[in-house]
Amino acid sequence: MDWINLAVVIKAGFYPHAAGLPWYVTVIYLAAAGSFVLSLKWLSSHKTARLGVKAGEIGMAAAIIATLFLPEIRQYNWIFIAGIAGSAVGILLAVFTPMTAVPQQTALSHAFGALAAALVGTAEFYAHQSHLTHFHTAVICLECLLGYLTFTGSLIAAGKLHEVLPTRPLVFKFQNPLNFIIFGLAIACATWLAIDPQQTILYPIFIGLALLFGVMLIIPIGGGDMPTVIALLNSYAGLSAAAMGFVVNNKLLIIGGALEGSSGFILSMIMCKAMNRSFVNVLFGQSQGNTVVGTDDVYTGRIKKTTPEEVAELLTSARRVAIVPGYGLAVAQAQHVTGELFKLLESKGVDVQFAIHPVAGRMPGHMNVLLAEANIPYDHLHEMEEINDQFGEVDVVLVNGANDVVNPDARENPKSPIAGMPILNVDKARTVVVIKRSLSPGFAGIPNPLFARDNCLMLFADGKTATMDIIQQIKSEG
Amino acid sequence: MGESLTSNVFVFLLAAFLGYEVVRRVSPQLHTPLMALTNAISAISVVGALTIAGAGGGHVLLITLGTVATACAMVNVVGGFMITDRMLKMFKKRKDK
Repeated sequence: MDWINLAVVIKAGFYPHAAGLPWYVTVIYLAAAGSFVLSLKWLSSHKTARLGVKAGEIGMAAAIIATLFLPEIRQYNWIFIAGIAGSAVGILLAVFTPMTAVPQQTALSHAFGALAAALVGTAEFYAHQSHLTHFHTAVICLECLLGYLTFTGSLIAAGKLHEVLPTRPLVFKFQNPLNFIIFGLAIACATWLAIDPQQTILYPIFIGLALLFGVMLIIPIGGGDMPTVIALLNSYAGLSAAAMGFVVNNKLLIIGGALEGSSGFILSMIMCKAMNRSFVNVLFGQSQGNTVVGTDDVYTGRIKKTTPEEVAELLTSARRVAIVPGYGLAVAQAQHVTGELFKLLESKGVDVQFAIHPVAGRMPGHMNVLLAEANIPYDHLHEMEEINDQFGEVDVVLVNGANDVVNPDARENPKSPIAGMPILNVDKARTVVVIKRSLSPGFAGIPNPLFARDNCLMLFADGKTATMDIIQQIKSEG
Repeated sequence: MGESLTSNVFVFLLAAFLGYEVVRRVSPQLHTPLMALTNAISAISVVGALTIAGAGGGHVLLITLGTVATACAMVNVVGGFMITDRMLKMFKKRKDK
């Protein structure tokens, strides 16, 4: 690798006695930080979104190239190998991940980002072992704690999302006290290390506790809470990168990490609000499914079953149709048949709009990506606030795989466990068709009075099969 | 590191606030690409990993840690931007009519 050595020689010519950052590296870092902010800003509109990606890429490339010329980099062979290997994995993941698997791919990338931060923290600890200050050690410990717990936590989340691990919550007695003990021990180790940085034996114990805590934090969380958890891990991954910026004293890292940290924070707030839950409740609650109420008084004698034939008839004779895709649709991977139904109805002159609740997919915004992939134009995808007052003018609402997010109890019954949760007001439409396998409750574990309403028809079937049957019927009617 | 702490905390707070304001304006339709993009951006931590992987000096442990960290961060640098763009490409407006 002669050309690699050549780079060293060229660089040596530039900086015979360099100390600190050369001025133009600082300038490039500053420009990169600006490009990152612009990149996120341009994501606010569909028109400029892809330009935003370009801006981010250019800033990133410039910052990496500038760094490679820093005087403290003396050896390029390992960088070269790591760069090739990492890029290859990145390309494979980006090109071959199906859109339905984006949530687990995202969780996996949080794991990679957090591991990078944690390993750098570890390297910093051992590199400066003999002359660590109290403060430096404390910051390294913070970086490693966040990094390692996000690493294992994200791996568990990815495993649950990919269904190689059980998606149901893994709960046992004294779980929360045990978790607090593990976390407390980790903090105790970190504190001791900060007071006496020479107690290096504590450091591996600390890492072990952080890794364990990440696992323990995610195993009790069920599939329905995954959107919040991914957003939360997104925030943690960003914060660990920012902590790394404090350790290596690099403001560009602090900015990059802080941007992801606050973005993840906003997303998890949105998810919590959409599910009417608090962080504490998601992380330590485990209250899901414990509140099952007798469903008989709500449903008995009031449920009207329907058939694909009737639904096809209803849809084709309607002027305005709204489709409410839910978590169930994402799980059943019914986005493509839904796209087909959309096209078919549009060709018959029916106006079809989509009403998307924030927690509809398996991660924030996931449903939009799935429907965009199914070739549904994005101007037909509407968020809750945008479409909620229009349901009164809709002839038929087709609810596919959603339950709690269309439960009118949230609006009308102050005693309901989901009282105050933002819902889609589908009950205001003339007719509501709910595609659902059975009357079983959703994540909130409560019955849905919508199903018993006069304007509601139930089509008991799997979301994908039912949609295909409806398409079949519409086609056969010509 | 003590003397730079204050300015670093300032930078962190301002960046977090700026991020909050900018991200708040992102349409919920694009929240998944947003997460992929911020993940790619925070992979700027590759810069810290590079200085360790390239430090030389024959510390096997440090070079190993730095190399693995560089590889992990590079997965997100390359994969993050690519998958964001792949997702954004799918969002199309109705062509005609």
